[in-house]
Amino acid sequence: MEFGIVELSRLQFAMTAMYHFLFVPLTLGLSIIVAIMETVYVMTNRPIWRQMTKFWATLFGINFVLGVATGITMEFQFGMNWSYYSHYVGDIFGAPLAIEGLMAFFMEATFVGLMFFGWDKMSKPAHAVVTWLVAIGSNFSALWILIANGWMQHPVGAEFNPLTMRMEMTSFFEVLFNTVAQAKFVHTVSAGYVTASVFVIGVSAWYLLRSRHIELARRSIAVASAFGLASALSVVTLGDESGYDVSGNQQMKMAAIEAMWETKEAPASFNLFAIPDMEARENHYEIEIPWVMGLIGTRSLTEEIPGIKDLVAQNEAKIRDGLIAYDALMQIREARGQTPDEAVVAQFEDHSQNLGYAFLLRKYTDDPLTATEEQIVAASWDTVPPVWPLFWSFRIMVALGFGFIGTMAYFFWRASFKGMDFPRPALRLAVWMIPAPWLAAELGWFTAEFGRQPWTVDGVLPTAMSVSALGAGEVLLTLVGFVLFYSVLFIIEMGLMLKYIKKGPYMDVPETDSWMADHAERLKCSTGANASPTATPAE
Amino acid sequence: MILHELISLDVLRVIWWILLGVLLIGFAVTDGFDMGVGALIPFVGKTDMERRIAINTVGPVWEGNQVWFILGGGAIFAAWPPLYAMSFSGFYLAMFAVLAALILRPVGFKYRSKRDSATWRNAWDWALFVGGAVPALLFGVAVGNVILGAPFHLTPDQLPVYEGSAAAKFFGLLRPFALLAGVVSLSMLIAHGAAWLNLKTEGPVQQRARTIGAVAAVVAAAAYALAGVWLAMGIDGYTITSEVAANGPSNPLFSDVAKGGSWMAAYGARPWIIIAPVLGIGGMLMAALGLKSGKEISTILWSGISIVGVISSVGLTMFPFILPSNTNPNSSLTVWDASSSHQTLFVMLVVSVIFVPLILAYTSWVYKVLWGKVTEEEVTSPANSTY
Repeated sequence: MEFGIVELSRLQFAMTAMYHFLFVPLTLGLSIIVAIMETVYVMTNRPIWRQMTKFWATLFGINFVLGVATGITMEFQFGMNWSYYSHYVGDIFGAPLAIEGLMAFFMEATFVGLMFFGWDKMSKPAHAVVTWLVAIGSNFSALWILIANGWMQHPVGAEFNPLTMRMEMTSFFEVLFNTVAQAKFVHTVSAGYVTASVFVIGVSAWYLLRSRHIELARRSIAVASAFGLASALSVVTLGDESGYDVSGNQQMKMAAIEAMWETKEAPASFNLFAIPDMEARENHYEIEIPWVMGLIGTRSLTEEIPGIKDLVAQNEAKIRDGLIAYDALMQIREARGQTPDEAVVAQFEDHSQNLGYAFLLRKYTDDPLTATEEQIVAASWDTVPPVWPLFWSFRIMVALGFGFIGTMAYFFWRASFKGMDFPRPALRLAVWMIPAPWLAAELGWFTAEFGRQPWTVDGVLPTAMSVSALGAGEVLLTLVGFVLFYSVLFIIEMGLMLKYIKKGPYMDVPETDSWMADHAERLKCSTGANASPTATPAE
Repeated sequence: MILHELISLDVLRVIWWILLGVLLIGFAVTDGFDMGVGALIPFVGKTDMERRIAINTVGPVWEGNQVWFILGGGAIFAAWPPLYAMSFSGFYLAMFAVLAALILRPVGFKYRSKRDSATWRNAWDWALFVGGAVPALLFGVAVGNVILGAPFHLTPDQLPVYEGSAAAKFFGLLRPFALLAGVVSLSMLIAHGAAWLNLKTEGPVQQRARTIGAVAAVVAAAAYALAGVWLAMGIDGYTITSEVAANGPSNPLFSDVAKGGSWMAAYGARPWIIIAPVLGIGGMLMAALGLKSGKEISTILWSGISIVGVISSVGLTMFPFILPSNTNPNSSLTVWDASSSHQTLFVMLVVSVIFVPLILAYTSWVYKVLWGKVTEEEVTSPANSTY
């Protein structure tokens, strides 16, 4: 692969977005877990819950700030590195981003200051409301960002305007209620909840292994495992729902994820294992599970899912159709704002839905109308994203997703029905599992966005055309700058996170004797002979 | 949906031009004092405690304030896509510097107090200084360049192309007039930050802020007046020479623009706009007097008014231009040809009408809860998670 401006811009976007998403999932989930804990505190007035709230809020704060810091870049990077994209679809794509600021981020950021500084400045219920507003703001943020992202995967409610050379919104409601966006939103926030649950359980398990802060750790596991179990089930269900949507709207992405070169007879089988070969356009060492793919992709036993080769043939036809629209567009542009010939306008309107496919030829020639047959065939094969990275990142993500359901169910069961008695091997596993949800989330984004290639907006605008008119040197400079800068910040963040986890909560709070007597049975303890639930052994 | 036809496109464009100004003003007035305080930290605080007091005056609010900046970016994207595409890609390396400086700020606020080491804290003090001073300066430089016109053109595809090599693009921004505009914005925001510290602190921090702030306000007034004279005497304006199509499609290439004449012609055509520069200079001088005489609430109001005046004066003087091109004037972006579609402008207006008042309401409530001086006792109290 030659490293020009397109590749560098993609690399920079991928890098800054994936860094950003190291912090976002924890913000999404931990904000809600902290709000739940504070609500329990307000309702029961028991100091242990205040302590838990403050402890997890401290870790939330360390993480939150880098989410905000890396988010600043995301808002401006479209204009900086993707100026043609910004011009071409800003009329639609800009709206959810601006609404995100107006409706969600403003609320989240305004109240987060009060959440940390306002403990003695307002009543307890008022402070809990503030914490909830931060959590709701964070989650609304995700909604609008995913509406924007969902539109890139499935561009609805917009059409091309030849006078302004860009896509313009025709229906805000279609953009808003885009089914892809809705499924993606629930899938993504649930993934954030799972991430935070795994994090809380892992850190608490680490305390239990060292017999530290037992009160705080067990209650935290109880909250996080219940929340995490519901979320893990939701991630997989909504992931399946996204899969169903993808198969309808982005058939090529689905076929690539499945490494399905030929259209299979319905109901299609699911490739559990394969080594896809891009050159030969076939798979080696396939292990198939019959019927499963057909059920996921079409919810039926009779509908067919098209394979890569058939989709390429369809795309070749779309390129030829798009060329007719391109030809008309050039004539309309010649008129420079004056009313063009009616026949030309009609020609454009009849074929404009495939205009984006004609732009795929820009990679080979400045004037797509002069493209040769070989170039058209080559461009139609360009619509296939690299298969094996998608095939494998998707499978690892799914396996991790099922792993989370199992882990959460296990901890929920031990917390609810076994008197919060957690065996040491399970606790060790929980500590080692902490990075897993991040891996799953990053692989999920990779599958969604790499699988969208070669488009920035599916079927509308190719990635290669979306970049700014910058020099490769400039982008290389900022790419290196971002990598270094972010890495330093990330190391500092990890250092502080570990420091505050090691330090533990501000002070341990014992329960009252009467409350202990009432709950002695449920709290029977087996982490060691001397470990009374109220005690916090010296380190 | 035909609801959007309730308001005609030209009216929506003017409304969004005003809202663009409101957002920039909201950003400069709120985040402006954060940046001013950042730039002042090394000078108003000699001890760690004094610096912590200064930092904690903005600690609970900077995050919300900064959203004005993010929202500004989002709103330009949604309402003025060609401007978003052109300006951020054209001022590429300058934008990178601003982003890097702005990223330092949240991290500095949050992480400074997390370790009890003098080296650690000193390093973050300088990060906060850079995070305040650099954007404050560069925003002014950017505005200066917008007034002068930037060297860009649009291709027939509407791809914005900023001319010159990477180095020429960046250092080309540092034209004398643009640097003067940078001095205006930096000194204006330092004065504003000082007015904030004057309101929120007492003792030595407050005293130093008053002294530095009064000087900064006078410098800002002088630099702003000088920029006005320069603009009248030696800088070309721009005019649309073809027929103005206020309801036409957003395609800058459809209109003809000529460079020449003076921006100051706007004051002949719309004499009432003189109120903006008068408020700008008057506000600065009143803020300087207030800082000298130790008035608290009125001083921050005056410095806020000066920011409103200065930013409005730029917009009103240039109207209908938003970003002129000095190498290819026909590519210039104006209110009439660089907006979003009719439908998008309308939808975004509805959303803004609902949420902007809500934002102002809860922001005011938060400021009310946090009202009062930041003291040593409050900073060291274990009940609070102060910085």
